[in-house]
Amino acid sequence: MRKLLTGNEAIARGAWEAGVVVCTAYPGTPSTEITENAAKYIEMYAEWSPNEKVALEVGLGASIGGGRALVAMKHVGVNVAADPLFTLAYTGINAGLVLVSADDPGMHSSQNEQDNRHFGRAAKIPVLEPSNSQEAKDFTKLAFELSENFDTPVMLRITTRVAHSQSLVELWPRQEVPLKKYEKNTQKYVMMPAFARSRHIVVESRLEKLKEYAETTSLNRIEWNHTKIGVITNGVTYQYVKEILPDASILKLGMTFPLPRKLITDFSKKVDMLYVIEELEPFIEEHIRSWGIETHGKDLFPVAGELLPGIIAEKMGALPHPRNVLSPAADTLTNIPLRPPVMCPGCPHRGLFYILNKLKVTVTGDIGCYTLGAQIPLNAMDTTICMGASIGTAIGMEKARGKEFARNLVAVIGDSTFIHSGITGLIDVVYNKATTTTIILDNRTTAMTGHQDNPVTGFTVKGVATKEINLLLLAKAVGVERVVEIDPFDLNKLEQVIKEELAAEEPSVIITKRKCALIEKNKQTTPCIVSEEVCTGCLRCMKLGCPCIIKKNKKVRIDTAQCVGCSLCVNVCTNAAIRKVGGTNV
Amino acid sequence: MSETKNILIVGVGGQGTILASRILSVVLQKIGLDVKVSEIHGMAQRGGSVVTQVRYGQEVASPIIPEGQADIILAFEKLEALRWLPYLKENGTILINDQRIDPMPIIIGTAVYPDALAIVRNQRENAIIVDALKIAQNAGNSKAVNVVLLGFLSRHLNIQQNLWLEAIGETVPAKFLEANLKAFAAAMS
Ligand code: SF4
Ligand code: SF4
Repeated sequence: MRKLLTGNEAIARGAWEAGVVVCTAYPGTPSTEITENAAKYIEMYAEWSPNEKVALEVGLGASIGGGRALVAMKHVGVNVAADPLFTLAYTGINAGLVLVSADDPGMHSSQNEQDNRHFGRAAKIPVLEPSNSQEAKDFTKLAFELSENFDTPVMLRITTRVAHSQSLVELWPRQEVPLKKYEKNTQKYVMMPAFARSRHIVVESRLEKLKEYAETTSLNRIEWNHTKIGVITNGVTYQYVKEILPDASILKLGMTFPLPRKLITDFSKKVDMLYVIEELEPFIEEHIRSWGIETHGKDLFPVAGELLPGIIAEKMGALPHPRNVLSPAADTLTNIPLRPPVMCPGCPHRGLFYILNKLKVTVTGDIGCYTLGAQIPLNAMDTTICMGASIGTAIGMEKARGKEFARNLVAVIGDSTFIHSGITGLIDVVYNKATTTTIILDNRTTAMTGHQDNPVTGFTVKGVATKEINLLLLAKAVGVERVVEIDPFDLNKLEQVIKEELAAEEPSVIITKRKCALIEKNKQTTPCIVSEEVCTGCLRCMKLGCPCIIKKNKKVRIDTAQCVGCSLCVNVCTNAAIRKVGGTNV
Repeated sequence: MSETKNILIVGVGGQGTILASRILSVVLQKIGLDVKVSEIHGMAQRGGSVVTQVRYGQEVASPIIPEGQADIILAFEKLEALRWLPYLKENGTILINDQRIDPMPIIIGTAVYPDALAIVRNQRENAIIVDALKIAQNAGNSKAVNVVLLGFLSRHLNIQQNLWLEAIGETVPAKFLEANLKAFAAAMS
């Protein structure tokens, strides 16, 4: 049977078919749906781990314990999981372990566009790169075999286009794989120096064997055609190249680390002009050049951004069809207003950023929907680096500039991000006597990635009820004495509390607790309207950045089709021009 | 080998473009063609610009439509129609829902909403403009704008109507099915 699947669905299916018993992940675009789908198979245990490091540790525990494990994360998640990864490369595995790294060229939903093939090389583990959903499934299964045959974790590297594109996939039944015997083996699994030294030797000889495997595996294949142009390519780029250069000979690398030196050398000799067409880093290209082979690559194609088919066609002088010619008025097509994402109508974060903007404080930010608070008109964020960075950044600013500076400085972080890696920052606040004000934006979900459960929601990825972590008690437990919980829609109180906590020369935590507006989406709501006669056109409400409030003839109007009636604007309007539909002006 | 056909569905996060493209891909599978669909999620629910690329034919390699190669653009919103216009083929068809959704730069007054329909028409005389909201409302379900637009799209694809109906039946939750079928029919009449 063939079914249209995204790359992510195909990977979950592949894991299931391969007899995987444990799937772990921390959500992150574009990897999230792998685990969401894996959770639907009853034969597999699945979890949202608190962060990627824990996810990999649970995965490696399952593997050493004898069960096949799939661990999925976005590219930057591998940075978090790098610590166990590099040493897992030494210990090797028992049952197969596959780590999916979902990279995001073009940064559709990410803070950087690092190329994680570098991780494969640095950790000396094989890297496989599928180019469509069928391969995503096939390579996942093959990765488990490879993992067990070579006693190594395997990285399956995908990119956004592979993760989120659907194509037809042939489905197979699940193959039950009996648990491998668990045997205590301290020399293999206890990485103290004496044992680790001998394991490093094993890693090097394994790499040599993997290099031999790379020469003959069907993962790497040549599609001969005219020999004028030879292209070496990988991942989804292969699909683009196939379409744009139908006459070229192609060496498709399904395994990009380690590389098949002999295969590549032979290919390069048989073609007149060699091109390496790869997205992001010149990973393959640099290897090839280091062997003394001349090739085109990043002299033509950009390192930064998504390598879209149009760029390849242009650089190869092979536009598939004549490019669309627009009439001279086409310059009207270049200044089209952008449509950046915005916080939803009724978003619980909006009021907070409105107040932070009003108070003109410095805000160290974090990763989540609330990062949108950095945009106009809220403009209330100074830094966003990585998951959990907000608190540490605020401590650093205070230590550099002094306590006075901290009286005008807050760290903001979401509930899931706080659990991921904010808690360690908060411990640092207490331990090292900073006076940071931390605001935890608790919207009861991991909203940005599509509303996954997390340790504060009380449910697992399988939808099973579980113990709910109490953020208030947690903050108190690490030693913060000033902890308050508040409804972020109560603007007056929120402003007052923030002022008080900023003034206090000791650590404090403010938990703004209200459900994400999208979880509440199906609730019946009454929208708000503006009385045109009363509205003075002061535009104070516009500072909320609510997409429903629209400027019209020097006054404002509310788009009642979108408005969810959160009443923030009612509170902000000092002229009492806004009210609920059906209600009276107050 | 029949040529690959390219359809671009564009709109604003929350408008239901994803359901529309899902129904379309089910229909295309039913006629036994190779199908590739690419969509960018992530920020989609936050009112950003969203695009789904649908490609089908005997054998489709790339999931991405190059600029100037779309046979049909189905635009759920006028400004988005304008934004994606350069993707349309010389003799391609563009279907535009006559709806305006202001993005933040326009809401707060740092940019103005262009006369999108005029500019598109200036480039493409044959642009087709429909008021899908009105049709959906007349059919009794203002939320079915996406299915109305799909109905208009279906007029430009030579695919049996019963396959569309089947696909809608398989994709839409049962309790909304009747309203959606009605909306689809309204676009066909
Ligand atoms: S998804 Fe939830 S948290 Fe994210 S912007 Fe929308 S309402 Fe706010
Ligand atoms: S218009 Fe006012 S009440 Fe409606 S969603 Fe926006 S802020 Fe809330």
